[in-house]
Amino acid sequence: MTATAEQGGAGAAGPALRTRGLTKRFPGVLALDDVDFDLSHGEVHALVGENGAGKSTLIKVLSGVFAPDGGEVRYLGEAARFDTPLRAQQAGISTIYQEVNLIPLLSVARNLFLGREPRRFGLIDFARMHREAAGILRDYGVEVDVTGPLQGLSMGARQMVALARAVVADARVVIMDEPTSSLEPREVETLFTVIGGLRERGITVVYVSHRLDELYRICDRVTVLRDGRVVHTGALAGLERLRLISLMLGREAEQVERQGATTFGGPHERRAEEPVLVAEELDDRQRLHGVSLSIRPGEVLGLGGLLGSGRTETARAIAGAAALRSGRITVAGVPLRRRSTGAAIAAGISMLPEDRKSEGIIPDLSVRENIALAAMPRLSRFGLVSERRIDRVVDVFVERLRIKSAGTRQKVAELSGGNQQKVLLARWLALNPRVLLLDEPTRGIDVGAKAEVQRLVDELAAEGLGVLLISSDLEELIEGADRVVVLKDGSVVGELSGDDVREGALMRAIADADADAAADPGCTTPGGPAAEGAGRPGGPQEHDGGAGPADPRAGASAGEGTPGRRGAR
Amino acid sequence: MTAIGMPAVRIDRTRVVPWLQEYGVYIGVAALLVFNVAFTPHFLSLENFRTQAVQVTPVLILSLGMALVIATGGIDLSVGSVMALAAAMISLYLGYGPVVAVLVALVAGAAAGAVNGALVAFAGVQAIVATLAMMIGGRGLSLVLLPQLDGIRNPGIRELGAGDVFGVPYLVWISAALVAVVVFVVRRTLFGRRIVAIGGNRRAGELSGLPVRRTLLAVYTVCGLFAAVAGVLATARLQASDPNSIGQLIELSAITAVVVGGTPLQGGRVRIAGTVAGAVLMQLLVSTLIKHDLPPSWTQIAQTAVIIAAVYVARERGRR
Repeated sequence: MTATAEQGGAGAAGPALRTRGLTKRFPGVLALDDVDFDLSHGEVHALVGENGAGKSTLIKVLSGVFAPDGGEVRYLGEAARFDTPLRAQQAGISTIYQEVNLIPLLSVARNLFLGREPRRFGLIDFARMHREAAGILRDYGVEVDVTGPLQGLSMGARQMVALARAVVADARVVIMDEPTSSLEPREVETLFTVIGGLRERGITVVYVSHRLDELYRICDRVTVLRDGRVVHTGALAGLERLRLISLMLGREAEQVERQGATTFGGPHERRAEEPVLVAEELDDRQRLHGVSLSIRPGEVLGLGGLLGSGRTETARAIAGAAALRSGRITVAGVPLRRRSTGAAIAAGISMLPEDRKSEGIIPDLSVRENIALAAMPRLSRFGLVSERRIDRVVDVFVERLRIKSAGTRQKVAELSGGNQQKVLLARWLALNPRVLLLDEPTRGIDVGAKAEVQRLVDELAAEGLGVLLISSDLEELIEGADRVVVLKDGSVVGELSGDDVREGALMRAIADADADAAADPGCTTPGGPAAEGAGRPGGPQEHDGGAGPADPRAGASAGEGTPGRRGAR
Repeated sequence: MTAIGMPAVRIDRTRVVPWLQEYGVYIGVAALLVFNVAFTPHFLSLENFRTQAVQVTPVLILSLGMALVIATGGIDLSVGSVMALAAAMISLYLGYGPVVAVLVALVAGAAAGAVNGALVAFAGVQAIVATLAMMIGGRGLSLVLLPQLDGIRNPGIRELGAGDVFGVPYLVWISAALVAVVVFVVRRTLFGRRIVAIGGNRRAGELSGLPVRRTLLAVYTVCGLFAAVAGVLATARLQASDPNSIGQLIELSAITAVVVGGTPLQGGRVRIAGTVAGAVLMQLLVSTLIKHDLPPSWTQIAQTAVIIAAVYVARERGRR
């Protein structure tokens, strides 16, 4: 791995890209401070740091979105300055952002070849384009109808199309910003294979991720940014994991070790046996087929399962944000009659949505207004807003959650991802909820903020809140939850509690639930999840749905939990 | 592709553009005032200021409602037609006395706005489509109700259009009062906060338990009501109901006033003081050109230039 990179670096004429003294200033912040960054040919280079460390700014300077205020960029040995993203792309620097920038309504093939379509007599040669597109995407493990619109694809498949597009466009440097955050494990594997292929072809990959496991698997070298400065750069193989975390956080290694990888404490003391939330037989006819669960005060209930298993839908249904065909939701013994977010909030249910950007923050409003948003009616009298009461509540939560900003009047869009997430948590906590539904609370936020959020979840449970935790991060789920309910295709297929909440058992519960699907050849191809994720009436999905009723028993016997017990205790 | 640029220019741009968006409208107003003081005879007379203030009234009142609608991320193209509807109602119901006529006109305007709001909030029709339908249908309906110009001799209505208190015309008092009300609503009320939150991120608003649909319905209703007020006042000043020509293309002036004033078309922010200045800017621009004997075609071109400049500055902000 490392050898390849060194060969590539030594063999080609100098580094692929290097910056010297790169500086970028925003009002009030020095986002990049004298950054020296080198990329060799054919290496996979990890770029890490907490949110706000300057990773995004560096990427944006390299890809032509921002112009640097000082310093120089040398690309393939020449001084370079990219005024626009297009220039950078034409020069061979492709960036794949978290939100994939493709055109949803155009066909997959057209997206792949946009701007460089194969032509015949001046017209697009569709036959050839479709043939080639299908061939290329097969190499990326995406087997879809390339003539169909892109919007029918799952996020993972789209990411692959974006990646394939970058390579088709003769990229020399491919920058990936959190590429796996919306991928399923199988898709991640495919992505890694593809990245390996890129490396062999001498293409440089800059890999930005918060998931350390991934970095150690595929990256050759690493550059750590902190507060806009490069604090470390070098081979990844010799770098201890703990040391890497301490470099990112700027804390001592022993301190990190003492706190563990996550900051969750032990099991929570349950104060009462009466559940604070009971959901029974939730069914929306599409994604949920009779999900039941209950949460006691002071308990953290984890919701496990693969992407598309109905975890998010369950949380949304409980929070009144999605329509239900049938089902009952009871909060502290009182059934919820009207189904709306307002009614759920009034009953004491708060949900932190999965997608921070599109469903959480209101970017143009201040930190203060964002925190007060949901609680505003309680902070006003006769429809008049009381600034004093808002300030009081906002100050409490800014301090408690340690929200870092230039002041509560700063626009929330200008904060780092971790601080935005804390703002959203504050918004929900300001409502004094009884039940807190957390959908991927630590996705895409830096290590420091992640630790703080995890610690907070612990504290809240200790204060007697019922917490529902959804996380794709198994470690988080296991260390954070007292009990884990495993979903599959919109049904509960297993439950782990007490000492059974371990990584092995959880993986087994998920895997066993998935066994039927895995036995079906239609599902083992990466095209399977793509079709499923898009909610298309694909063959495999219907098959899964049909197998659903048989699953619970299979999951229960193997997964050691007994579905019959759920909600009863 | 690999040119060495001038960083200084870019830094200026990123600072100047937001600044222009915030304060450009005041600079424009100031520049026009200075120009007129220097070059327009009799500009600094009380009579002239009175005229300007009266003439700006309809656009100003419309732009207040429009600012609220645009802050939610919507738009209302029907305000000119709602003015015509109000004018027709005045004429039809004047037999019951001026108070009843005005009330009926206001109710009709609010109802038209409520229809817009219901289409946008509950039926999920795009604002531009829903209000375009009302723009055409509303004008048609008022022409059916009142096919031609109808002079108004009622002394009450004439007094509303021409009378004054302490030397300040009723029209100016009314628009000042409405500005004060809207500023209060935006700054201090829950309703005002909701408008901006919905425009900033509707999904987030829904998940936070905001009554998004009810708020949208209310905002469009208020916009319709304000349009009716503008229609009543314009009719009173004209001393005639003229559904055919009243408020033609006035929606464009109102939208321009809002956008020039710093409320972005995509919503999420509202600037009432800027909107007032925007309306004044459009008025001064027109009157300056007229006073210097430029043909009306020049007025249209100048307005176009202002619109393009405002949208350009707004676009710069959105791209950042």
